[in-house]
Amino acid sequence: MTAHLIRSATLVDGSRADLLVRDGVVVELGAGLSAAGATVIEADGLLALPGLVDLHTHLREPGGEASETVLTGSQAAAAGGFTAVNAMANSSPVADTAGVVEQVQALGELAGYVTVRPIGAVSKGLAGEQLSEIGAMATSRAKVRVFSDDGHCVSDALLMRRALEYIKGFDGVLAQHAQDPRLTIGAQMNEGALSAELGLAGWPAVAEESIIARDVLLAEHVGARLHICHLSTAGSVEVVRWAKARGIAVTAEVTPHHLLLTEQLIAGGAPAPLDGAYDARFKVNPPLRREEDVLALRAALADGTIDIVATDHAPHTAEAKQCEWAAAANGMVGLETALPVVHQTMVETGLLDWVGVARVLSSEPARIGRVEGHGHAIAAGAPAEFTLYDPAARRDFGTAQLAGKSINSPYLGRSLPGRIVATFHGRPTVLDGAVLAPELVSGS
Amino acid sequence: MRHLLSTKQLSREEAIRILDVAEDMSDTQQRAVKKLPTLRGKTVVNLFFEDSTRTRISFEAAAKRLSADVINFAAKGSSVSKGESLKDTAQTLAAIGADGVVIRHSASGAPAVLAGSGWIDAGVVNAGDGTHEHPTQALLDAFTMRRRLHGAGSRGRDLDGVHVVIVGDIVHSRVARSNLWLLRTLGAEVTFVAPPTLLPSAVGAWPATVRYDLDEALAEQPDVVMMLRIQSERMHEAFFPNPREYSRQWGLSAERWATLPGSALVMHPGPMIRGLEISDEAADSSQSTILEQVANGVAVRMAVLFLSMTGSEAANPTETEIA
Repeated sequence: MTAHLIRSATLVDGSRADLLVRDGVVVELGAGLSAAGATVIEADGLLALPGLVDLHTHLREPGGEASETVLTGSQAAAAGGFTAVNAMANSSPVADTAGVVEQVQALGELAGYVTVRPIGAVSKGLAGEQLSEIGAMATSRAKVRVFSDDGHCVSDALLMRRALEYIKGFDGVLAQHAQDPRLTIGAQMNEGALSAELGLAGWPAVAEESIIARDVLLAEHVGARLHICHLSTAGSVEVVRWAKARGIAVTAEVTPHHLLLTEQLIAGGAPAPLDGAYDARFKVNPPLRREEDVLALRAALADGTIDIVATDHAPHTAEAKQCEWAAAANGMVGLETALPVVHQTMVETGLLDWVGVARVLSSEPARIGRVEGHGHAIAAGAPAEFTLYDPAARRDFGTAQLAGKSINSPYLGRSLPGRIVATFHGRPTVLDGAVLAPELVSGS
Repeated sequence: MRHLLSTKQLSREEAIRILDVAEDMSDTQQRAVKKLPTLRGKTVVNLFFEDSTRTRISFEAAAKRLSADVINFAAKGSSVSKGESLKDTAQTLAAIGADGVVIRHSASGAPAVLAGSGWIDAGVVNAGDGTHEHPTQALLDAFTMRRRLHGAGSRGRDLDGVHVVIVGDIVHSRVARSNLWLLRTLGAEVTFVAPPTLLPSAVGAWPATVRYDLDEALAEQPDVVMMLRIQSERMHEAFFPNPREYSRQWGLSAERWATLPGSALVMHPGPMIRGLEISDEAADSSQSTILEQVANGVAVRMAVLFLSMTGSEAANPTETEIA
């Protein structure tokens, strides 16, 4: 295999180093390295970040191949600097058996762009009634450690209790989509003055906060690990902060879009009222919230109350979004934009340094999801899982920068900082900002 | 005015212009020949994704009296119920050559999506979208109030200082929303009266006084009491216990009606449920404007179609083009 010499990259601590990569491993790290025959990448001014790990990705395969496949989602991930993704279970068929998770894992290995770790469903068919084959998935070749009914809340308190207990036996974590279903019947956007004005059924913050409050108490009672998906409100931050202070084993994620965007986007903009209003690109679950929530989420990510950033990358076909708001699907693509959005909302604001970014986008998600071989610092002898990022760049984000199959990005036309220049998943998957062709990457 | 999507978007000048043109339109409706040539050769499509015979025939009458060709597109009897998208429907109407689209839809914002989509190049008039707005209803309500209060001298006037009490299912009502914005723009005071379950949780952000007690609101001797329709299905969703209790607490009974000053108007957008939200005594009194609202609806919709499809710079339609 070709060796790569990355010259004069900046590490997260601010030091500069050359990296020599050979056979999927960073074999040397230091100043003034040279290697005959190695492909040289000039990284002056580029930041070398540990490969990003997403704990919350929708790859849509099997069943939703019109919007994304494991291959195209893996390409989107690589384009965004990711080297590992955890694929949510809400495929069709649902990932609730060993067969499905092994298939998803195998497709990921075949594609070769990132490590694909399947997430198993908590309940059979995501129906919230009986446990899925958690043990079979945990002991399968896919070694599932994250279980989630994402898209659906495990709302039944008894099933939630049993799932937390059962998953504990496999060193797994239950990733809860916290949404009281009865309080959010027909919900279309954040409940508040704007939802009242726009006539869209409200998704109240209390529907998230009450479930989180119940679940941290259940996790405490049974001594299990709980992870909160896409936490979105200031009140949820307070509940998690209280739970952590109590020593409860709870972790939480925030999405990039909840760190940047507010519900106001749904009302359209000046100059003409309702001009661009009800644009379903901004429809997502949980919904975009208020400015106060955005600021509280940023502060919580900075102080560690929220542990990680996860994309909730949710591709949808054009027809699922080009329609009236109530008929449109929930979700946004987010793999390609996660790092630029975190850069803008957390680094440019002074809330996090790059060490912190590596923590919330790499080491912590890898630890929570037990993603082996990822999340480690860039070091001699460690697997070559890293990305080279140009923090000085800034560009108007457009569909040309999207590498997946769908274009339902809320950032199109928006100026975002940074540019992912290269990604290494053992070998390069992205070079000069372009995703490499499948035949150059394919694993098996 | 290319599109009419909401009353929130209307300035005081635009609102008064619509009401004044509606006065002109209303005058023509007193003539033996009611039809004007204004929109001859233009096609108006009534695109109704939700049943509403009353609103549809009002728009149809308005368009026909302006000599437009009218196509009624009822989604329930078309391919929409088989799953055709709004986009495909709009593009079909564009191919047919629609100049104006009057759209009623159960999804809030559907008219705004249609107007901003680029799927069709036509003036879009919102005839009621979900629980968002019903701007022509609010315009005809304001028109009716203005006529009753200012009579022949209505042109150019607003509703400064008029106190309007709106009672009923505010949270689900597009009529309440459109009335709130328009009445405030025209200088009126608005009080909403409903049980807390039928008010938006963030109603405090709205420029209205909110009361839970109807008798307290009526004791302020309002100029106008507008009753909204109550759907008895709501009780199954725990908004109120049963129709009897609702009627007792928030219905405009004969006794409550009798406490109001003789000058107070009673309004209802229809269809009304007598004995639930309104009594016969109130609905049939000389202060009831319920049938006037229907008649005025045609004049207001003529004004809106005219302004939307010809541009507000056009000359007065009723004087220059009739001869």
